[in-house]
Amino acid sequence: MSNYRIQGETGEWEVVIGLEVHAQVTSNSKLFSGASTMFGAEPNAQVSLIDAAMPGMLPVPNRECIRQAVRTGMAIEAQINKFSRFDRKNYFYADLPQGYQISQLYHPIVGEGSLVIEADEKAGIPQPKTIGIERIHVEQDAGKLMHDQHPTMSYVDLNRCGVALMEIVSMPHMTSPAEAGAYVRKLRSILRYVGSCDGNMEEGSMRADVNVSVRKVGSPELGTRTETKNVNSVRFVMAVIEQEARRQVDLIEEGGTVVQETRLYDPDKNETRSMRSKEDAHDYRYFPDPDLLPLELDDAFLEECRASLPELPDAKRARYTGELGLSDYNAAQLTAEVETFARFETLLAEAASQLGKSEAVVATQVANWTLSVAPGVIKSLGDDARMENNTAAANAAILKLVDAGTVSGGQAKEIYEIVLKTGREPDEIAETEGLKQQSDTGAIDAEIDKVLAANPDKVEEYRGGKDKLFGFFVGQTMKAMQGKANPQVINELLKAKLG
Amino acid sequence: MSVDKQTVAKIASLARIKMGDEELERMVPELNNILAWVEQLGEVDCSGVEPMTAVIPNTLRLRDDVVDADPLTGGGIRDKVLANAPAPEHGFFGVPKVIE
Repeated sequence: MSNYRIQGETGEWEVVIGLEVHAQVTSNSKLFSGASTMFGAEPNAQVSLIDAAMPGMLPVPNRECIRQAVRTGMAIEAQINKFSRFDRKNYFYADLPQGYQISQLYHPIVGEGSLVIEADEKAGIPQPKTIGIERIHVEQDAGKLMHDQHPTMSYVDLNRCGVALMEIVSMPHMTSPAEAGAYVRKLRSILRYVGSCDGNMEEGSMRADVNVSVRKVGSPELGTRTETKNVNSVRFVMAVIEQEARRQVDLIEEGGTVVQETRLYDPDKNETRSMRSKEDAHDYRYFPDPDLLPLELDDAFLEECRASLPELPDAKRARYTGELGLSDYNAAQLTAEVETFARFETLLAEAASQLGKSEAVVATQVANWTLSVAPGVIKSLGDDARMENNTAAANAAILKLVDAGTVSGGQAKEIYEIVLKTGREPDEIAETEGLKQQSDTGAIDAEIDKVLAANPDKVEEYRGGKDKLFGFFVGQTMKAMQGKANPQVINELLKAKLG
Repeated sequence: MSVDKQTVAKIASLARIKMGDEELERMVPELNNILAWVEQLGEVDCSGVEPMTAVIPNTLRLRDDVVDADPLTGGGIRDKVLANAPAPEHGFFGVPKVIE
């Protein structure tokens, strides 16, 4: 249970949150027409006669959109409904020429499921929490309106009209902005793993309707909720909850009542405001779409959907900490984004093969390289880093040099810089640029003898129990070797000599 | 089930059909006639009968995810789509300003 509380005049309040996330399904063509879904085309260039609702046109569903909704349902361990149906949600607005949105009210394709948000002590989530998901249904997106291009007209672009959306409806299980933020991030991660939505919130591929109500701490009854529409970032979702909860508490404490209504979020003012115009539009007069027969899925279709699911975030994380022995932190970082784990897994396989060791043995080294060393070097190079040189083979070759003790951590970074700038081979760079550490015991031995001979008093003190001086000898030897000696070898030899 | 004048006025407004008082009056019995006619179906005892969605056994056909596979149902036809629009502007449909 989260301990998020709103301090009111009359006591403490808690907040109850449910989210409806609209996720654009990744597909080439629209849900019911062959027009392209590509983002950023010329206005109305991707509109078919079906999307423009010309008389006599009939919708035919896109198998891929159905498949992606089913796979998404399976990824949240939801019940998949082999029988589902499309309904018409009637409303008149310039963004939807049909006059109704084809959606699924009565028989959605996916029933109850859930996902788990991770514990995040700092954010007030002391332990992992399961958030219920009520349903996922498939529906059409609407077009886009632009109001600022003409003094008296709005411009309508129907390119997005008819693109498939999944509406993913959570249960009211979240009780703080942080939990809601974690839920959206986890959902986005699952969608991206599955490949059913690109999760690009800036381009509007994912947006949320945020349902918020408040009640006195401990009260069993839910308060009246408001729904803030089309919130398009995790940060804004959290801001909406904070603002809306505060507004409702103040309103109730001043003797008012919360009205069940649709609201809009204004990020510039960081406040929500009522969308009065939508009030009586809520009468959608749903009915089954007579143009579409019920959607019936057979076992072969479902089996294919299940077989094509990748390893999902929770399973991957468990495997990283279990089989690969990575820290919780590294596992969480690596599994958060699809690109990150893809890069890690490619490099891990390559490094294991080049080093001739098991993945579990090299995993931590590869994880640290992937998460901190490599991004640091790439960032410091800025535009000088040519990413086509950033191959798994080159990265693995550097890790191999480090693993063999041929180069130090610092030298590895220098070699990586040159690789990124020029595409040269790591082995050759180490050789020609003198970026190798000396592991030759003979040479190091000789320098140690000199250092010890030059500092007989310190040797005496060390032997008398002043252990701290060990570092001094290491430093002096390293200096004599111009920083290129393998520190491990120095340590071993020194220990032996000082006895 | 029957409707009164107020309900008819609401349906008309939801459907964005402008109706005068006289028209609304005329609509009430017309709609009620239709509703009564349909309600006759309620007299049939269909307990235990599965709801039927089509008179011949048929299932929903799905299509492959291919862009513009059929020119009749594909995009790239902006001129056609805008041909009957009253106020096309720069490739957009122009409509009276609607702002939230």
